Amino acid sequence: MTASLAAPSMPVGAKTRINDFSIQVATVNGSGSQTANSVLLRAIFQMGVFVSGKNLFPSNIAGLPTWFTIRASAKGYVARKASNEMLILMNPETAKEDIAKSDPGALVIYDEPLQLDKLRADLSYIPVPFQKLVTASCPEPKLHKLVKNMIYVGVAARLLSVDMAEVRNAISKQLKGKAKAIEINQAAATAGYDWAMENLPDQDHIKVVRDNKTQGLIIVDGNEACALGALFAGVTVVGWYPITPASSLVETFIDYAEEYRKDPKTGKSTVAIVQMEDELASAGVVLAAGWAGARSMTSTAGPGVSLMSEFIGLGYYVEAPGVFFNVARTGPSTGLPTRTQQSDVELCAKCSHGDTQHINLYPGNMEECFQFAYDAFDLAERFQTPIFVVTDLDLGMQNWSSKPFAYPATPYDRGKVLNQQQLAEAIDWGRYKDVDGDGICYRSLPGTPGGKGAYFTRGSGHNDYAQYSEKPEDYVAVVDRLKRKYETAKTHVPAPVFRNQGSSKGILAFGSSDPAVIEAQDLLVERGLKTDYLRLRALPFTAGIDAFVKEKQVVYVVEQNRDGQMANLLRETYPEQATKFKSVLHYNGHAIDAQCIVDQITAFEQK
Amino acid sequence: MPTATPSAPTNQLGFTKQDYVGSKSTLCAGCGHDAITAQIINAAFESNIEGYRVTKYSGIGCSSKTPAYFINQGWGFNSVHGRMPAIATGSSLANRNLINIGVSGDGDSMSIGMGQFVHAVRRNIPMIYIIEDNGVYGLTKGQFSATADKGSFLKSGAVNDLPPVDPCTLAIELGCGFVARCFSGNPKQLSAILKSAFAYQGTVVLDIISPCVTFNNHDASTRSYKHVKDHDFPLHDLGFIQYSEVEDVDIAAGATEVVTFPDGSRVAIKAIHEDYDPTDRFGAMKAIHQSMAKGEFLTGLLYINPTQPPLTEVLNLVDEPLASLGEAQLKPSPAVLEEIMRSLM
Ligand SMILES: Cc1ncc(C[n+]2csc(CCOP(=O)(O)OP(=O)(O)O)c2C)c(N)n1
Ligand code: SF4
Ligand SMILES: [Mg+2]
Repeated sequence: MTASLAAPSMPVGAKTRINDFSIQVATVNGSGSQTANSVLLRAIFQMGVFVSGKNLFPSNIAGLPTWFTIRASAKGYVARKASNEMLILMNPETAKEDIAKSDPGALVIYDEPLQLDKLRADLSYIPVPFQKLVTASCPEPKLHKLVKNMIYVGVAARLLSVDMAEVRNAISKQLKGKAKAIEINQAAATAGYDWAMENLPDQDHIKVVRDNKTQGLIIVDGNEACALGALFAGVTVVGWYPITPASSLVETFIDYAEEYRKDPKTGKSTVAIVQMEDELASAGVVLAAGWAGARSMTSTAGPGVSLMSEFIGLGYYVEAPGVFFNVARTGPSTGLPTRTQQSDVELCAKCSHGDTQHINLYPGNMEECFQFAYDAFDLAERFQTPIFVVTDLDLGMQNWSSKPFAYPATPYDRGKVLNQQQLAEAIDWGRYKDVDGDGICYRSLPGTPGGKGAYFTRGSGHNDYAQYSEKPEDYVAVVDRLKRKYETAKTHVPAPVFRNQGSSKGILAFGSSDPAVIEAQDLLVERGLKTDYLRLRALPFTAGIDAFVKEKQVVYVVEQNRDGQMANLLRETYPEQATKFKSVLHYNGHAIDAQCIVDQITAFEQK
Repeated sequence: MPTATPSAPTNQLGFTKQDYVGSKSTLCAGCGHDAITAQIINAAFESNIEGYRVTKYSGIGCSSKTPAYFINQGWGFNSVHGRMPAIATGSSLANRNLINIGVSGDGDSMSIGMGQFVHAVRRNIPMIYIIEDNGVYGLTKGQFSATADKGSFLKSGAVNDLPPVDPCTLAIELGCGFVARCFSGNPKQLSAILKSAFAYQGTVVLDIISPCVTFNNHDASTRSYKHVKDHDFPLHDLGFIQYSEVEDVDIAAGATEVVTFPDGSRVAIKAIHEDYDPTDRFGAMKAIHQSMAKGEFLTGLLYINPTQPPLTEVLNLVDEPLASLGEAQLKPSPAVLEEIMRSLM
């Protein structure tokens, strides 16, 4: 052991960062590093420390570089942090560049043969003989490649003072029930830990100290949370087509359905799941199933929504329900398929040709992914229209800690559906008659016996009785009513939430930007700027938003796209306030971080 | 509700044929599609179909308008161009008690909607899939469709340089268990096929040659009434016996084959022209290809395999329609949520 752990750039006696650091792990895709990283994250979580993980992976099955960042934060900040205090470099391809980009003072664990220690003088180097350790700890050569990564978990645990018992627990948890894999991986982690015990001195750069912040919390990703929301919402028809980062939503749902949606007596399924030939077909299945009375959904990403848009317009115009999850990724076109962005805001707001407006839900955390997924099915049936639940790769595929989900107690809202008897009693029923003045009409379901209620659904012009019509007044009556229906939705979609510090400066954000905005607010206070933060949770914009904007001198609209799409919608909705909206943008494919928000707002303030 | 007047004949459900009609057609007088509509009405009446269970789906085209013209007691869904199969898929999964009739055109199914056609057939969606095949795009004023014969002419004189797609051999290739070709000008055959189709459980593909009198009925057309009549080779006489009819009903004398459906219905097939076995998949393919090479239309039941399970069965769905399941059957208990939450801790 030759390297010194006191970083040359670190003043002696600099404060140890306790439960407040980021670790970046650079590996090769497909090398099993995902398991190792999840174990390290989980072990810190089990130490009672808030922790979040971000997997920056390539669009590739094996061979390309991948990075995983683990952030521990005593204060509970879970956004990506741009700087890292520890690097674990396992990928020869990227090691030099990773070193060049790293922050002064960082601890660098690396595979010994890479010989990185001469590259920069301001880092602390920890070469580890991974190959030697893995050979000694694992009897099966063909598994070496897969368990090699578990060695760095042991080394990091030792350096960070993470209890090895927690590492072992985390491995058991991660590899649920696979006894042999658990044994081999625990042996590898222990080998790393023991080697570090013997060969590395203590460091006081970064440390984990046991805390109680994560007691009773769960670790989950947004796709799973949405899948669970759909499970409890009783979805009965799923039509889908695989696409990153949306596939795991339906795939997780399939696993849960296998367990919880089988008739206990017959073993028969209470949900139909069909992998369709494309997203357009998926959209058709969803809308037709909704039209026929099922609760239906699909899950997709931007390219899928583009393809679906012809059907989405049909659903809007003929008023067929369905839930559309869009787990957004970086566009346009194929873009960066494994990176995050909030760039489908306008697409989902107005998807399809002609005048269309859609209800959108923007969950900002795991509990909301679950709850909004549940609510989306009620909204779809209440408003008889396609509902978008818009998340993104960051929410959908990354690990988040969360309070356990509360049981959704509200009964299903199946909307205005007339049954056989109601149809028999109805006087002069018309499928598209606005009886209640809220823009929502009464529908009947195909197959209802009794000889009443049959109607003809068409994407062409129609009147109140669903009859074909090209009359200008009939056309206008329908599209104006659809607008009225959208107005009604304002009192049914989730209202914004606020984090106010008593300021005339506003921040408006939505979805996955939430943790970065909260952290940015606190950082701005340190710089003497208080802000009031409104987190938008749905379209159409609700009353609270109008009031907030009117009250503020300026509203910084934080979003993860190039064009300030949400700001555009806000300017369009509130034209008199249009000059107040200033865009704070982040769109390079990485999740947004607090510092970039602080920097941009500070720059605006200095103008 | 049956609206039988004392004079009009009624079926076993007490309905008259009038109970199976739809709105007035707005197609050109003499359009083949209207003749097909008439036979759908006829077959539904004679097959004792419960109108309220019928759902009618279509894409876009003159043909796709026709679901409005039959069985007003059923629900209709005129969707978007080429995407009728997805609509039928979603609706049939939502409610397995529905009787699904899809009407499409040769443009709707063999061009823009080819992908959906292929996959619906592959999945064996429980539906009668009718292609009203006129070789042109009627609604957009007579452009060639993908079923137009190579070397055939438009009214304007334009020649089609590309080979046609044949929906029937394609459907057989895809594993369809009920494939027929008919001619809108042969109501007797069409009616027998439609009645058999109503008794079938999975996807029925019916390619019905249906002349477009406005754009493709000229002398140089291979889809004109005259041309099709001259080149129509009906394979057999068909007699259809619904399961509900008396067991020992007489089958036409000289019938060469009787195919029995899972519900007990039977089709009796009496060969006319040649010894054609519609249960022989490869033989059917060969015979169709040979007839096409000769410029003939082999019509009748081209291929039948009565026992293929439809998608609803493959997915092992509960017997009750998914659409009628309520919160009690669908929403897992708080204990289940707790169990899941614990597993995520
Ligand atoms: C996406 C889209 N593209 C084009 C059209 C225009 N269009 C309407 S009907 C049709 C062709 C219909 O041909 P076919 O299915 O053969 O029906 P036919 O009118 O001959 O019965 C086309 C191209 C459309 N409605 N939608
Ligand atoms: S244009 Fe042709 S297909 Fe269309 S209604 Fe007229 S005859 Fe029929
Ligand atoms: Mg046509």
